[in-house]
Parts: sequence; structure tokens; C-alpha cells
Amino acid sequence: MALTIHDVEKIAQLANLRPAQGELTRLAAQMRAIVEYFDRLNELDTTDVPPMAHCTAVGDTALRPDVPHTPPGVEAALANAPEAAYGHFKVPRVI
Amino acid sequence: MTDLATLLREKYEPVIGLEIHAQLNTRTKIFCPCPTDFGAEANANTCPVCLGLPGALPVLNQAVVEKAAFAAFALNLHINEVSVFSRKNYFYPDLPKGYQISQYDQPFSVAGYVEIPTSERDEGGRPIAWQLKRFRIQRMHIEEDAGKSLHEGLPGSSDASYVNLNRSGVPLVEIVSEPDFRSSWEAYDYVQYLRRALLYVDACDGNMEEGSLRCDANVSIRRRGSDRFGTRTETKNLNSFRFIQRAIDYEIARQIRILEEGGHIVQETRLWNEREARTYTMRSKEEAHDYRYFPEPDLPPLVLSAETIAALRARVPELPEPRRRRFAEAYGLSLEDSTLVTTTREAADFFEACVRASGNPRAAFNWIANELLARIPIEKLSLTTSPVSPEALAELLALVTDGTLSNKLAKEVFERMLSTGKPPKAIVQELGGGQVSDVGRIEAIAAEVIAANPKQTAEYRAGKTPLFAFFVGQVMKATKGKANPQVVNEVLKRLLEPPQ
Repeated sequence: MALTIHDVEKIAQLANLRPAQGELTRLAAQMRAIVEYFDRLNELDTTDVPPMAHCTAVGDTALRPDVPHTPPGVEAALANAPEAAYGHFKVPRVI
Repeated sequence: MTDLATLLREKYEPVIGLEIHAQLNTRTKIFCPCPTDFGAEANANTCPVCLGLPGALPVLNQAVVEKAAFAAFALNLHINEVSVFSRKNYFYPDLPKGYQISQYDQPFSVAGYVEIPTSERDEGGRPIAWQLKRFRIQRMHIEEDAGKSLHEGLPGSSDASYVNLNRSGVPLVEIVSEPDFRSSWEAYDYVQYLRRALLYVDACDGNMEEGSLRCDANVSIRRRGSDRFGTRTETKNLNSFRFIQRAIDYEIARQIRILEEGGHIVQETRLWNEREARTYTMRSKEEAHDYRYFPEPDLPPLVLSAETIAALRARVPELPEPRRRRFAEAYGLSLEDSTLVTTTREAADFFEACVRASGNPRAAFNWIANELLARIPIEKLSLTTSPVSPEALAELLALVTDGTLSNKLAKEVFERMLSTGKPPKAIVQELGGGQVSDVGRIEAIAAEVIAANPKQTAEYRAGKTPLFAFFVGQVMKATKGKANPQVVNEVLKRLLEPPQ
């Protein structure tokens, strides 16, 4: 699969990144190399191998009992926030 | 221009599909043990997992799987033995990880349906004609809720938004219908039933004001007879039955107007504004998200053996519509009446206990509907909350059936049952015995009344028949209203007959 500059621009946009114009060519080459590496997997014959989403699917899934813990608290929750006020995370206005 | 009703009847057909998010009523969140209680202090119910802190790992809550399974059974969905969690990637401040853990190409359950009564409504909102219809459900998957953004109400709101992550990680199921609804009232009846069914199986508390049940409506219009769909719009976040119905009707009218004027519908997401009673553009398809779903590497697939699924199924109670039909058939109730007493599982249990104790479904229904529900709303009626037990109510019905109490006296006894909590027989004793049905005693009293009123007796016998009511009144007065009216009528007719 050939990855174009246009694909890189779109992925950057989806990832909220704004690479400099000059960087796009370099990033495209790197990403192309990664994708091509995965293409090598297509050389294997996987006709009889069922697709799987995870490597540990055996038997019923282990689950957590529905018992509440005591959360660390508002102060701890906001401790790493770049900005907080009135017990809330404060972010640039979104609408 | 032709009016809307005519256009809908002759030219256009609405096609509606619904996506409903229901909050599962578990004690803790889906992937961490934080409590889910509504109304806690902002950000108090959070931990590294639901804050999306690096290195924190999700572990699936057992109760989420159980409640999702109950919801699936309630909607006749097939539960997949393997389902896979996927990341849905997008940026928004109330989504701390930058992705929502949801399910995508291998959902929890698929291919369900409900078969329920539905009816159009007249202008007063009254049902016109009920009919049974089947609405198919494409899928129901499990996912986590995002947090809540506050855009107004706090200082600095003009240039900042505030985020509360208490809802982040609250368990949801998303129930996606097929585009099977042809009117806003069909959609309304479906959502009503869905809420009822989820409450029956105790999967969701059904509280729409608190956001436990939210609905998005996909609406399109096509020419009658066409089998192709028109361009659809999606109206989001409808959180009351009435909003759902009104927003859909607004959207149907808006789209038909555009088509009639030669325009075309733009595929877009719209928001319902209740105050202005209209929908607004939120975003168009050009801005549509590319969510880049991929399997969640931090969670194994959810694997449920056939035995586990069967064991969960065995715990599902009788569902509202099957129960309504059984009540209608076994107890001779109309569609409206059987719907009323199956509003909640608790109310249906109460009604059925009363039927069992009394053996008289019709009287049990009448007393519950006319007397009990005048005091307690049906949503609150249960074996534990009712001011009168089903057995006590059955005892009262028996006293009416055997003639001890007239309907009028029975209502008086019922009032005292409510205020004192005493059983009906004890109250009848206190009130000086029940209704007098003894023919001999009534004959004696009637004879006295006739002897004391020779003038009226003569006039009656001469043909002034309306005087009959006078004699009934005199006998009732002499018995302090306790005489059985049927016996009084029968005795007076006999004694007042002119001698042959």
C-alpha cells in the first residue's frame, strides 16, 4: 500500500498535530516504511487461520465484582490538571 | 400548497430509526470500581482508570455483563459468545483518554425485535386504534459513557468550559433499531416499551431527567411505494418521550417542505431545541468524524460460554408484553387495562397477587384502577409500598361479592383501611356490621314504612309510580343506609303491589 503525503496530512489532522510543511515528506517516508513492514505479513498464507482480536481469548472472561471502592478524591483527581477551578477541570471553551 | 397530512397520506412516507443509550444500573463503573451514584460532588467519583491516566488498565465489571445480558433477553437479541471491545477515537475535553471504549464489528448482541401495541394519536393525544407491530433491533453493544462538559453557569464560562468526569466510565448499552418506524408515535411507543422492558429486567433505572435513557433519531422521507431510502438526518440527545415524538414530527415536516420546494436534504446531525420547538444543524457530513476503530488492546474479548448465557437467561423474569397478553387473555382485560396494570413489574405483581387472593380479576382491576391508583401513582405501586395489601383488598372484594357490603359501604371501609391499616372485617364490625341483606328484616321495616305513609301508598297504588323512590329512601333511612338496595327494591315492589 502506497502512503501519500495526503494520507499523512489527514492522519495528522485526526491526531490534532500540525507538522511543518518540510516535515511531511520525511514523516511520509517513515510511515511508508512501517506500513510496508506490515505488508510483509501478507506474504504468509493465512487462509486457515481465524482472525483474532487478542492473544488471550481462552474460556470465559475474568471479570471484576461490582463492589465500589473509595475514590482518591477531587483534589487527587485535579492534581495533574493543567488548569482547574470550582472542583472542575478547566479547558478552553469548546462551544 | 397541499397540507402536510395529505402529503403524508398520499405522497411521502417517513422512515425512522432510533439509537438509544441506556445506562446500566450497576453500583460501579464499567472498567473501575468508582461508584456511579448521580449527583455526587463534581469529579469525586473518579480514579486513574476513568481519568485516563497513563498506565491505568481497565477491568470489566461482572454486573455490566449480567445487566447487558438481561437487556438483550428483554429485546429478543442474540448474545454473541465472543464480542470484542474497540477504541473509538476522537478528541473532546470530556473524553480523557482520547478514545471511548465501545464495541464495533463484533458487538455484544444482534438481531432482536419487540412486538408491541402502537397507535397514532388524535389532536388531543388520545390513541386512535391500537395494533400489534414488530420493530426489529439491529444490535445492542456495551460501551462507556464520557464525562460532562459545562459551558455555562460558572465564573469564566464566557471563555472556558468546565469538565466533570463523574460520568466517565459509567456503563451504557447502545440499542440500534432497524429503520422500521413510519411515524413519530411508533417511535414514541417503542421507546416507552423499551424503557418498561429495561426496568422489568432491572438493567436500567429508566430515569430520563438524569440521562439514564437518551435517544438519537434518524429521520428520512421517501416517496410512497419506493423501496429506496431518502437522505437522512440524525437528531441527537432527545431525553424525554415527548421530545422524541415532537422532534421527529418537526423533522418530518421540515424535510417534506424542502422536498416540496424542489430542494434536497443535507445529511447532517441536528439538535432539538425544546424551547423553540425546532431542530438546528449541529454538524454536516463534511465534518463527520473518522473514528479509526480498532480492537482495544487493554481488554481481552468478552467470552461467554453457552452455559453462562443459558444460566443468565434462566434469571430473566416474564417480560412486559408477554405478561400483558397473558393478563388480557387469562383475566379478560382490554388492551388499555392490561397495559395499565403491567406498567411496572411491581404493579403487575401486585395485581396478580390480588387476582390470586380474590379469584375475581375484573373486580380486582376496578378497585386497583379506580380506588388504589387515585392514592398512589402506578409507577410507585408495589407489594411493599401499597397502603393496602392484595390479601386485604381481596377480602374487601369478597365482602362485596357475598352481599355484606354495598359498593358504597365498601368504599367507606376502603377509606378506613387506608387510614387505619386494619383488615376490612374488623372495620365492618366497628361500623356496626355490614349491609343488611336479610329479607325478613327488610320486609318488617318496609311494612312499617308502608303503614306509616298511607297517603303515599294509596297514590302509588293509584299509578303514581315515581313515588317508589320515596319508599326506597325511607327504608334506607330506617336502616342507616345499610340495607342491600337490591333486596329493598325487590321487597318494596312485592309489598306495594296493589292487592289482586
